[in-house]
Amino acid sequence: MKSLAELGTIRESMKDCVNLRIDEHAVAPKKGARAHVLVCGGTGCTSSSSQKIIDEFEKQLATNGLAEEVQVIKTGCFGLCALGPVVVVYPEGAFYSMVQVEDVAEIVSEHLAKGNVVSRLLYEETVTDDGIKSLYEVDFYKKQRRVALRNCGVIDPENIEEYIAVDGYQALGKVLTEMTPEEVIEVIKDSGLRGRGGAGFSTGMKWMFTARADGSNGKYVACNADEGDPGAFMDRSILEGDPHAIIEAMAIAAYAVGADTGYVYIRAEYPIAVKRLQIAIDQAKEMGLLGDHIFGTDFSFNLELRLGAGAFVCGEETALMTSIEGHRGEPRPRPPFPANKGLWQKPTLLNNVETYANITQIINNGAEWFKTIGTEKSKGTKVFALGGKIKNTGLVEIPMGTTLREIVEEIGGGIPNGKQFKAAQTGGPSGGCIPASLIDIEIDYDSLIEIGSMMGSGGLIVMDEDTCMVDIAKFFLEFTVDESCGKCTPCRVGTKRMLEILDRITKGNGCLEDLDRLEELADSIKSTALCGLGQTAPNPVLSTLRYFRDEYIAHVVDKKCPAGVCKDLVSYSIVADKCKGCGICAKNCPVGAISGQIKSPFTIDPAVCVKCGVCMGKCPFKAIVNK
Amino acid sequence: MSEKTVIAFHETAEQAAALQKVIENHKGQDGALIPVLHEAQEIYGYLPIEVQQKISEGLGVTMAEIYGVVTFYTQFSTQPKGEFKIGVCLGTACYVKGSGDILEKIKEKLGIDVNECTPDGKFSIDATRCIGACGLAPVMTINDDVYGRLVPEDIEGILAKYM
Amino acid sequence: MEMVNIKINGEAISVPSNYTILQAARQAGIDIPTLCYLKGINEIGACRMCLVEVKGAKGLVTACVYPVNEGMEVLTNTERVRSARKTVLELTLSNHEKKCLTCPRNQNCELQRLSDELGVTDIPFEGETIQREIDASSPSIVRDNNKCILCRRCVSVCKKVQTVGVIDAKERGFITQIGCTFDKPLNDTDCVMCGQCIIACPVGALYEKDSTKDVWAALADESKHVVVQTAPAVRVALGEEFGMPIGSRVTGKMVTALRKLGFDKVFDTNFAADLTIMEEGTELLGRIKDGGKFPMITSCSPGWVKFCEHNFPDLLENLSTAKSPHEMYGAIIKSYYAEKAGIDPKDIYVVSVMPCTAKKFESEREELAGTGYPDVDAVLTTRELAKMIKEARIDFTKLADTGFDHPFGEEASGAGVIFGATGGVMEAALRTVSEVLTGKSFDEIEYNAVRGTEGIKEATVTIGDLDVKVAVASGLGNARALLEKVQKGEADYHFIEIMACPGGCVTGGGQPIQPAKVRAEIDLKAERAKAIYDEDRSLKVRKSHENPYIKQLYAEYLGEPCGHKSHKLLHTHYTARPRLK
Repeated sequence: MKSLAELGTIRESMKDCVNLRIDEHAVAPKKGARAHVLVCGGTGCTSSSSQKIIDEFEKQLATNGLAEEVQVIKTGCFGLCALGPVVVVYPEGAFYSMVQVEDVAEIVSEHLAKGNVVSRLLYEETVTDDGIKSLYEVDFYKKQRRVALRNCGVIDPENIEEYIAVDGYQALGKVLTEMTPEEVIEVIKDSGLRGRGGAGFSTGMKWMFTARADGSNGKYVACNADEGDPGAFMDRSILEGDPHAIIEAMAIAAYAVGADTGYVYIRAEYPIAVKRLQIAIDQAKEMGLLGDHIFGTDFSFNLELRLGAGAFVCGEETALMTSIEGHRGEPRPRPPFPANKGLWQKPTLLNNVETYANITQIINNGAEWFKTIGTEKSKGTKVFALGGKIKNTGLVEIPMGTTLREIVEEIGGGIPNGKQFKAAQTGGPSGGCIPASLIDIEIDYDSLIEIGSMMGSGGLIVMDEDTCMVDIAKFFLEFTVDESCGKCTPCRVGTKRMLEILDRITKGNGCLEDLDRLEELADSIKSTALCGLGQTAPNPVLSTLRYFRDEYIAHVVDKKCPAGVCKDLVSYSIVADKCKGCGICAKNCPVGAISGQIKSPFTIDPAVCVKCGVCMGKCPFKAIVNK
Repeated sequence: MSEKTVIAFHETAEQAAALQKVIENHKGQDGALIPVLHEAQEIYGYLPIEVQQKISEGLGVTMAEIYGVVTFYTQFSTQPKGEFKIGVCLGTACYVKGSGDILEKIKEKLGIDVNECTPDGKFSIDATRCIGACGLAPVMTINDDVYGRLVPEDIEGILAKYM
Repeated sequence: MEMVNIKINGEAISVPSNYTILQAARQAGIDIPTLCYLKGINEIGACRMCLVEVKGAKGLVTACVYPVNEGMEVLTNTERVRSARKTVLELTLSNHEKKCLTCPRNQNCELQRLSDELGVTDIPFEGETIQREIDASSPSIVRDNNKCILCRRCVSVCKKVQTVGVIDAKERGFITQIGCTFDKPLNDTDCVMCGQCIIACPVGALYEKDSTKDVWAALADESKHVVVQTAPAVRVALGEEFGMPIGSRVTGKMVTALRKLGFDKVFDTNFAADLTIMEEGTELLGRIKDGGKFPMITSCSPGWVKFCEHNFPDLLENLSTAKSPHEMYGAIIKSYYAEKAGIDPKDIYVVSVMPCTAKKFESEREELAGTGYPDVDAVLTTRELAKMIKEARIDFTKLADTGFDHPFGEEASGAGVIFGATGGVMEAALRTVSEVLTGKSFDEIEYNAVRGTEGIKEATVTIGDLDVKVAVASGLGNARALLEKVQKGEADYHFIEIMACPGGCVTGGGQPIQPAKVRAEIDLKAERAKAIYDEDRSLKVRKSHENPYIKQLYAEYLGEPCGHKSHKLLHTHYTARPRLK
């Protein structure tokens, strides 16, 4: 790529085509397809066979002679994973959900050939009396603001020209030809962007520190794509759906801080993201958007992928660097900070995927624009992976300051099966719980910290009345114990000891002093562990102790698990009034613990029962309880 | 649970040549060890001592250090995996939707524990971290096949397809 | 160095800007506890014992790695700091096998000391501990992971200082442990048995294979004529085991103690060092005259020899064929001395007291049996000798001085004693080779160019009309660097001295263990070496070839250096060894 003009040519030639999906008033271009079939190729939909759907579309289109007129595009994630596999047809914007391979023939023959939208396959929320409404007007999308995810589900991530058509590499061109590195850093600083991966440190400041460090022996930029929080997958979706946005942002960062080499450290568990990112890097190299003398300037930049190998701690910045260097991913004490001594002791800028995903937008639209989104101290949007006991599981991007209630009840569609909302967990193993009493909290970095949780990478797991909070605390602690690198004592031994106490409690062997001991140990680990993983490991315990202490006490004093989860503390019994004596429970019991006469109430022998819960699931009359 | 089956190391000439090439490609490169281990595992399916020895000599990294790295990262295995690698996601979304019960069921059906391989070499079980298919929770994978929205009763039928 | 002004506990001090908080505090006389920290070797901030408060910092910080900066205010003695350190220590103890009374490091354990100093009275967080198998496969080193606290000091010294790297951290989290590849026993690896890991270990997770039982048994066996010899470095360190200052010379007391223990004869390995110089010096002269393999490399250090066999098989021909001094001595004792004293060699039991753990391995080499019997029957470390002296209830510090036994003389030459420090073998050799080659006698015999504690030293020594290029390396990392230069043809030395342990035998793996705090303040290798050179200066004879008993040995028995008998008794050969058995 020699110049911005060259980029502009490509953009113009592709613009009409991509506009079909973006601008609802767009008319089909003279050249190219009149309709686009977008099939989600994110991990979620791929898991439910979206590739087979793509193949079937191509087959059916060919059979119907529509192969020239209709283009099938495999995109990144649309966000509504619960409804996958997802297919969207433009120019109408018809949103087909949970599409099966068998449905494809009908969509092709009716919708694409004759123009009749197949109503029965449409996402019901988009169906109105007089036709269909735009996806972006349904509850799930209308409160969202897609900045980081702007191109996910819109463009073909394996086609650099489609990225260029949506202003891709425009920001890099602008930065290289019109701005000094200092000016770039000033814009990022001014935007108020904070790191999206953890504690929310000012991105602009980080860039400034790295820019100021002595780089005479080399400098690096790196991207943390080792998204490890269980239940968070926004970084993966961005890489799968819009990989060039990350490459472009890293190049901009490299220019700003004075680096010429970059690394993307990405989880090996994300094969699709790895593949698309590699394709994107190769395409960018081919076009001269990576490599030497980009846009005919003196700026050169090369980018390499490094695969993680299954260690959560490598999401911690110093551990990530130790891992890139080829060692056990053990964190090292800071200072020195990576901005001064990072990879191979050279100054290194490290940001996560979602942070980078905001950069080109800030450059293109200006810091002022970015600042209009969000709260006073947390600017912009945040992507959350919505999961757990919620109807619309998936990926949502909301302006900072959106309330938890809006996320759960409006965007998320509420709790399924008529259950009660109990809590939401954010920040994964480093975070904490937001109880129902705080559901109106406006979510940003500082409000979450204040209530004892944290933003983390953005997992948001919803829990209902059937979730035991002690068990959840134990689950997260088990995760940290498993993922502790073992280098420092408080994390290696301390988290293990906390887990042992929790285990005692869930087995009915705890005492009230255990709660004090747990708190004491938790506070101590927070202030003594070496890295962020250890320092935040006690948070799930502290936060559940803070908001759900009564549940702990029920386990310890009454030896009961109110949610009926902790096996040692529940006993199954049949409510005689409700039991119709059908005998289904007895038939399904794997250990023969249930007996009775047909048509009169059955009983469970607690001495034989292994508390597997099968009977409860099978009972057609909800006559079995586990309290 | 079961006795660990010891499978003797065997390599083909192609595998040996492929590893040699991988080592040569990465030799002298900063931080080469982990990429080489990834590629070696791709070639052999696992990282037995014989393979680690070649890497040690090729890259000049001590055996103890390589072993330390291999045992640090869960993706690396010193044990061969089954013909069908079962992965049960224990990410939060799957866990709250009961993936723990799914795992128990599979362990019970196959008579092996996590990280073990059935004596006939057919199945191995891994408890994986979030694979990102949270919308389908709870999820398990068998090689490249993904099974979502599972209940324990589904397990027997799914395993039967691979028997 | 630029200075910065900081405050520690309110006290203003000025320290160099490259200092850590720990260094600054120690300069100000403020103690901060440490456990994983080992100056210059292991500075990783892992154990979290040295936590302090820094005003403005988010959490507590580790003093051992946290750099000072202008205006910094540090608090080392707040309730928060004390309680954090104590909790961390309690956690460490909750996963440590607390069998202190029967531990080899009882009363010389850094963890035990901290537990006392930090006022630990109970362990509130007891829980699961993993029972680990003790690895006693090696003839030199025992590893007991039940005691290990994962400070990584052993790993760092093995990997970074020695570049041997046979142990490393494996697995992760609570099950992390230190060990060899694929959980192999140490003896199946390319461990060189130098024992640097032992003297780095703050607790009892690493110690030497006990030989005291065998020695006690031999002493009790009336049919055995039990002879002991002591290496030069033992006499400048043994006193530390009895509370004497570092660098005390206790040669006479040591000899007296050995007699009191019941040894039939007490000999000085320095004599054998003189013998080594005669043989090795002659070998060097031979190579110079006949154009043999260069550089010639010394072979006294068994850790180094094993390292060479594993890592530099192409240089085995460069090694001097001379056995190490104590092995030579064993062969002479079981031949010349046996004949002279009229004792059947099968009844002679030779004990070597060495600053070295690798000597235990060396004494088991089958090829080291010049008389058909093993040259040496048992090797004790300096520490083991101290234990025996204590067990025998000998009040060491009050002992009178006595001299070594005849027929090898009450004292050997000063050249023999300096074998104990890096550069000493080289210097001793130069003292002899220069005179033999020129036929002159020199008064200036102190070769300062090869003295000192630097890891690699080089010099060109002009002897007559010959420029002899020499190099000295101590510590196997340094040896590796030097030999790689030789391999690449970037250096053309005639003679290289290598000792496996940094600083040479004075800081060998069998020497008294000093805690990290002492090692941070006192350079053990310099202090003990100073005592060695003082001993040299105090001796009447300072050149090996002038030792009258050496002359007598050649005249009465051996004939000439490198002669027929010498070859049988005093020389050996080497074999390339695989890295893994």
